[in-house]
Amino acid sequence: MMIKTEKLTYTYSQGTPFEKTAVNGVDLEIEEGTLVGIIGHTGSGKSTLIQHFNGLIKPTSGKVFIDGEDIYDKSVNIRDVRFKVGLVFQYPEYQIFEETVFKDIAYGPKNMGLGEDEIKERVMQTAELLGISPELMERSPFELSGGQKRRVAIAGVMAMRPKVLILDEPTAGLDPKGRAMIFGQIRDYHEKSGSTVLVVSHSMEDVADFAQKILVMDHGKKFCYATPPEVFARAEEISAIGLSVPQVTKIFSLLREKGIDIRTDVYTVPFAVKTIKEYLEKEGQLP
Amino acid sequence: MENIIKTQDLMFYYSDISDEEQQEQEENAPKAEKKMIFEDLDLEIEKGSFTVILGHNGCGKSTLAKHFNAILMPCGGKVYSAGFDTSDEEKLFDIRKRVGMVFQNPDNQIVASVVEEDVAFALENMGVEQGEMRRRVDDALKAVGMYDYRLHAPSQLSGGQKQRVAIAGIIAMRPSCIVLDEPTAMLDPTGRSEVLKTVRRLNREEGITIVLITHYMDEAAQADRVVVMEEGKIILDDRPENVFSNVELLQDVGLDVPQSTQLMYMMKQNGFDADTHIINEKEAADFLFELFKRQVN
Repeated sequence: MMIKTEKLTYTYSQGTPFEKTAVNGVDLEIEEGTLVGIIGHTGSGKSTLIQHFNGLIKPTSGKVFIDGEDIYDKSVNIRDVRFKVGLVFQYPEYQIFEETVFKDIAYGPKNMGLGEDEIKERVMQTAELLGISPELMERSPFELSGGQKRRVAIAGVMAMRPKVLILDEPTAGLDPKGRAMIFGQIRDYHEKSGSTVLVVSHSMEDVADFAQKILVMDHGKKFCYATPPEVFARAEEISAIGLSVPQVTKIFSLLREKGIDIRTDVYTVPFAVKTIKEYLEKEGQLP
Repeated sequence: MENIIKTQDLMFYYSDISDEEQQEQEENAPKAEKKMIFEDLDLEIEKGSFTVILGHNGCGKSTLAKHFNAILMPCGGKVYSAGFDTSDEEKLFDIRKRVGMVFQNPDNQIVASVVEEDVAFALENMGVEQGEMRRRVDDALKAVGMYDYRLHAPSQLSGGQKQRVAIAGIIAMRPSCIVLDEPTAMLDPTGRSEVLKTVRRLNREEGITIVLITHYMDEAAQADRVVVMEEGKIILDDRPENVFSNVELLQDVGLDVPQSTQLMYMMKQNGFDADTHIINEKEAADFLFELFKRQVN
């Protein structure tokens, strides 16, 4: 198990009138190598939850295990945990600070104490994966476009080759092409590195498309952690907790309301076409 | 048809140095590099309409929107807003009173520490009398569903609520048109639907013209008209169902179509007689229902 939490609870401003429990008794087990989408509306506790995974905040109660190790145990050096679990914040382009693109991506690996050749190899390899061309390496990151800057910031964390990579809303504010590009690159990274990747997103449609497992958070609690078909079979409950389900899923729910006996756990367009064909075949009427 | 905004042969470019500096330079000094955003752009926005402008990042849509209330001035051609030529500096306040603008980041456009004071900000600058100001602020907050929060601090509000306060600040000026530049880009789905509902209601019930720039195709599907920009040119301009039926063209320019349209498109490729003018889940479900009934009977 790569990530495991036991009754994880976090309360902000404990003991004051502003006390608020953001994460409430979460038990979670994420297997090594899984690509996970994390969904939940603002205030559902998803950001607070992920900040526990690399030791940014300490649980009020409960435990967090990374790779079998209780990261809040006194014997554990939290610095090592941060090399193991890389966290990319929202709008990471605002955290760029180095003089050149190369130096910015190299910052993390350098702090890990790696040799120069190793750093160079990692930086160039990660840059290639993210479509950052070699000519850009000696440029100032501040001269780049918004989308390029974001990819440089993400590369900086990927180049540390963490066992777990967590990205908080990596596509916020991008256009559809930019969104597709970043999701594609995250998928490539996941495939090539075999590491565990967690992506927080607001878009059910995007998450449905790439995730192997989906964690749905609601009011600080784990609503479910399951595969996309299992999650979207509960489309009505998901809508009830204020999350949007993909448009295709809604189409099949509407068909069911009209009295058509068809499955409703449909969450991507190709799968929808397949389901329609299957339905017509079952009725023996495929044109 | 009466226009609220009209651009005529609009030309705009960004330049390293201003035109004045250019003139002061030696004659044979190297010419400043110009980055042309658009040339000869003609667009008319009908009064009372709800228009969405689509295009990928950097296609010029925000630059265009900034011409609508005289934040940017044309380098050539003309822009008429609410009947005034935007290059006439004396008319600046007349234009901005009538054509208001809402931006992407809710945190960058709130100035006061109490919601109702923020909404009153423009009215104070305009010298609106006290009693009238009170009425307008209350009306504006009610119109966006934020009246109950009038005494709250903006910092305690969610992103969607902040955007609605920003919209209220514009409505209080009683504008005839609101231009919104990606107002939902930084919001979660709940915040997005709050803002969109508000915008649609203002359009339908108050007759305010809406120009909405967005990257969300489901928002565009709710408009009367969709204008698609690419490299500073208008490549599509029609009702949403007609625009989205151009699935391949839109994907070529880095845009998307609503999932319902994409489903129809893929069904067509699989040999079904599907209609790519379908843009929402209700129409798609109706279409499939008819298809199933027809096939099964």
